Amino acid sequence: MARKGEIMKRALGMDYAQYERSPIAFDYEAMMGAHGYSLEQIIAIQRAAGVGKTPLLELRNLTDLVRSYAEPRHGARLFVKDEAANMAGSFKDRRASVSIHVAKEKGYAGVIAATSGNYGAAVSSQAARAGLNCIIVQEAFDSRHVGQPEIIEKSRICEAFGAEVVQLTVGPELFSLMLELLDETGYLAASLYSAFGISGIESLGWELAEEMTALTGAPPTHVVVTHAGGGNTTGTARGLRRAGATSTQVVSASVDLSGLHMASDADFNRKSFTTGHTGFGVPFATWPDRADVPRNAARALRYMDRYLTVTQGEVFYVTEAMAKLEGLERGPSGNTAMAAAISLARDLPRDATVVVQETEYTGAGKHHWAQLNFARENGVEVRAGDPTQSVPGTSIVIPERPEQIRAKDFDLSKLRRSYVRNALAHAGEGYAPTGDDIVFLAADTNSDASVVEEIVASLKEV
Amino acid sequence: MAETTRCAPGDWVEVEGILLEPADRAANLPEDTAAQPLRMWVKGFARTAAALGEELTVETMTGREVTGALAEVNPGYFHTFGRPAPELTSVGRDLRARVAAYRKAGG
Repeated sequence: MARKGEIMKRALGMDYAQYERSPIAFDYEAMMGAHGYSLEQIIAIQRAAGVGKTPLLELRNLTDLVRSYAEPRHGARLFVKDEAANMAGSFKDRRASVSIHVAKEKGYAGVIAATSGNYGAAVSSQAARAGLNCIIVQEAFDSRHVGQPEIIEKSRICEAFGAEVVQLTVGPELFSLMLELLDETGYLAASLYSAFGISGIESLGWELAEEMTALTGAPPTHVVVTHAGGGNTTGTARGLRRAGATSTQVVSASVDLSGLHMASDADFNRKSFTTGHTGFGVPFATWPDRADVPRNAARALRYMDRYLTVTQGEVFYVTEAMAKLEGLERGPSGNTAMAAAISLARDLPRDATVVVQETEYTGAGKHHWAQLNFARENGVEVRAGDPTQSVPGTSIVIPERPEQIRAKDFDLSKLRRSYVRNALAHAGEGYAPTGDDIVFLAADTNSDASVVEEIVASLKEV
Repeated sequence: MAETTRCAPGDWVEVEGILLEPADRAANLPEDTAAQPLRMWVKGFARTAAALGEELTVETMTGREVTGALAEVNPGYFHTFGRPAPELTSVGRDLRARVAAYRKAGG
């Protein structure tokens, strides 16, 4: 374990120990600011790297579609930030660009990231521009060597950008391999959850607040964010605050994959979403420090005002609708927030403004048709009908009408309770939280001291 | 180009190997995963000639040396779009008609 600590300390490019205050609390803002870059400097780094300043588009046809069935005077204006316009096709370029800049500045010869998602493409692309070596470790196949087509596409694009891609079968041991590779190569661990990466997303929240103000006269009333590991929610919300958009509601959204085990070989190819789902969204919200860094910079529960879930079928329907109504053919995972936004906009007054803050590229493998064909081949039933009848891993039910798109609110008080339980468990048997711990937990759960104290007391009774 | 069963030195190839046998895998895995070995595939330039299944060392894009069994010579990508999902083919037509009707009615 000491060896592990040594490898990580060198590979992370910063020492996390200095921010710890107790077995529970740490100085989050000091950790976030440790890289020393201002938001303006981060934006400059990103502009030089070809990242950011993506189009903000009003979706007039989708807005009118929602208004056609909303209650009178309801149906908020819908907007999308077309993050697919970034170099490697997603908002993950914002994360990668800062990590790669740091790697270059600190003299690392290369970077390593463990990811089966768009982040791999982003790191590979940015590393290529910076002249750095890059290794992407992917969980890609089930034990039959059958790959999720979205992940196979991600292997392809990483290799297209000159990365070495290490593909593995299902299992959490991927992180031990990553540690060995970090030791062997001396590269920077370009973790999804580093302060560098999360700071890189702040520019997205800041940009969209500025652009909405220019377009409509005010920051958006709501921003909907596809949520998995928590970085998207965290970075976007921090950027909104920096832009002074303090009254904007931050709504996280995930695809409901409840019942599927994320480390199961059999379940691996029975899900049509490789990210943006509750299989990451819930565990990372309730225990962010499960990440591959000592303290996760992505702390979604700190920032979300609501958490909505949608079904796989609803997202596929919306992905098709986006292409046909708005001329935006984009990847399904990024449209998770769009499906939630369509449901949300229906219940809001017409003068409300809802921004979906990302899209992702699509193509062979990632495309919603490819995903549905793959689901069928793997024994998942695909049918049209009432999406509330779908069972993740068993059936995908595509709505027959847009009225059937109805996101569900996930109870945030349950997430908060679960988070506090996890924090106490990690602090160790018999540890009594101090006043400072309570303040930290209140901030980390976007609640207040009395809420945390009540949870702590009720957990003692169990 | 036809699939090749042998590689020559310098060819772009894929090797595979077993990282962990089932007995050596992490604790707390679901049963289905625990029963399987952890396998790995890596691509690189072949150091020597080999036939499929034979052990071989490759030099990867980062210059690392990785040894495994030759799995494929000049490996490609065959993921596609496939046929449209019948449940989605009418979505565009129907939604365009709804938006047009809403606007015609003065929406």
